[in-house]
Amino acid sequence: MSGDVASPPFRILPRITDLNRPFWTGGEHGELRFLRCRDCGTRLHPPVPVCHVDHSRNVHPEAVSGRATVATFTINHQMWMPGPELPYVVAIVEIEEDPTIRLTTNIVGCEPGDVYIGMPVEVVFERQPDGDGAVWLPLFRPRREAEVG
Amino acid sequence: MATEPLEKHACITGVGQSQIGRRLHRDPLELTIEGCLAAIEDAGLAVSDIDGLSTYPGFAIGNPGFSGASAVEVHDAMRLELDWFDSGIETSGQLGAVIKACLAVGAGLAKHVLCFRSVFEGSAQGGGGRQGIGADGGAGFRASGPLAWSLPFAAPSAAIWIAMFAQKHFHEYGTTREQLAQIALNGRKNAGLNPNAIYRDPMSMDDYFAARMIAEPFCLFDCDVPCDGATAFVVSHVDHAKDLRKPPIRVEAVGTALRGRPSWDQFDDLTTMATRDAGAHLWTRTDLRPSDVDILEAYDGFSFLTLSWIEALGFCKPGEGGAFIEGGDRIARDGELPLNTHGGQLSAGRLHGFGFLHEACVQLRGEGGERQVPKPPRVAVAAAGGGNTCGCMLLSRP
Repeated sequence: MSGDVASPPFRILPRITDLNRPFWTGGEHGELRFLRCRDCGTRLHPPVPVCHVDHSRNVHPEAVSGRATVATFTINHQMWMPGPELPYVVAIVEIEEDPTIRLTTNIVGCEPGDVYIGMPVEVVFERQPDGDGAVWLPLFRPRREAEVG
Repeated sequence: MATEPLEKHACITGVGQSQIGRRLHRDPLELTIEGCLAAIEDAGLAVSDIDGLSTYPGFAIGNPGFSGASAVEVHDAMRLELDWFDSGIETSGQLGAVIKACLAVGAGLAKHVLCFRSVFEGSAQGGGGRQGIGADGGAGFRASGPLAWSLPFAAPSAAIWIAMFAQKHFHEYGTTREQLAQIALNGRKNAGLNPNAIYRDPMSMDDYFAARMIAEPFCLFDCDVPCDGATAFVVSHVDHAKDLRKPPIRVEAVGTALRGRPSWDQFDDLTTMATRDAGAHLWTRTDLRPSDVDILEAYDGFSFLTLSWIEALGFCKPGEGGAFIEGGDRIARDGELPLNTHGGQLSAGRLHGFGFLHEACVQLRGEGGERQVPKPPRVAVAAAGGGNTCGCMLLSRP
């Protein structure tokens, strides 16, 4: 589920903070990580230092499977700035473990026209150099058939 | 209603606009003052009568030209002596600035509040096409806050974010591009009668389908046109509105609620938006009903936002917005619910929310000239924003 893209496109990178670092760097270990409340099990995204259900501060990063479903998407044709080759797909995906946790992302590894709402997808990380280090952007590709269902 | 809503103590006594154009290359503060002076003059007031000031967004990061002047600049340029002022982007959409002014006069903090929204996106963005948020940030720019979750995925525009809501609506309810096109076609038809509109040439369904795609299902004509211009209002306490130049426009109710997550991608129902909560909220503050509304001026920064407002305000059921606007007769100037009678932002220019309230007031006063709706309207809704923040106002003429 990890895999560096040979030459990634230009992207605006996120400003890394202590709170969001597990999310943006989990890809180094092939892991899609979200903060989770150790007291009640609620997953939190975007990362916040307090659980919205029981207000516990006992929140820590935890990996999920990386499987998700396309909730909605658009095929973008407009050149807003340098970026992926046009046209490209921007999607909102819902993660398998909790569909209320969503990510805006790109669907890669298939033709834009093949993407559909309800499509099973899995995470694939794009490594982007960031100063002395790197961030790993979670993109999604069609789930391999053996893994569907 | 147990307690009368505070906003009912407010009314709109002056409306004004500066010169409006695609690219005027005029100083944005000068344009702003021009719009403000027009509104004060329209109310029959002097600058010295203004004791409150409110604007959206003030200092803000956004597309180039997003904010033509801050509250401080107008305050100082006009040497206003203020009892109350406010400015900011984190409010109930663009009209949040006017809604706050209503509450301020209701609370007795001011008698006459000048409200303005000023843009120079046309000139600032030049001929190079519309850029994404952060495009001018350089290689060292890093996205933070909510933008950190969209910009890295080459999603630097509300066109993309809103297109995904539209796509979900299409998927769930069978809404079509032919239906959505009516927002653009209706706006263009009305803009043809508005001398201040940016695009006035007729547009056909064939023209719409021939336009290049931006972010599916949106083509170019589903996206509003950046422009330069300022819109201003004077919001007065009803007790101080009696002897002014024109009959005041009454504020019947406002809708400000946002109960879902304040987020483009985490909002619970991707077929609706923040519009759902603000629209429903409006009707909890008045005895008037959607069937009492004679005209609707509803935000069309992107066409789907208008459809979303139509559903959110209860003019039809959720999911039925496509069928509601199909064919365009119902929303035409002589239809049962005339919509965006000035052309909306799609054709009259992206004055960013305030243009809808301006047009609602113009129509309620019967000052629409060639574009005046044939049946004199008594009740109007002006609604602005969408996505993760918005607000709406219910207005009436005496």
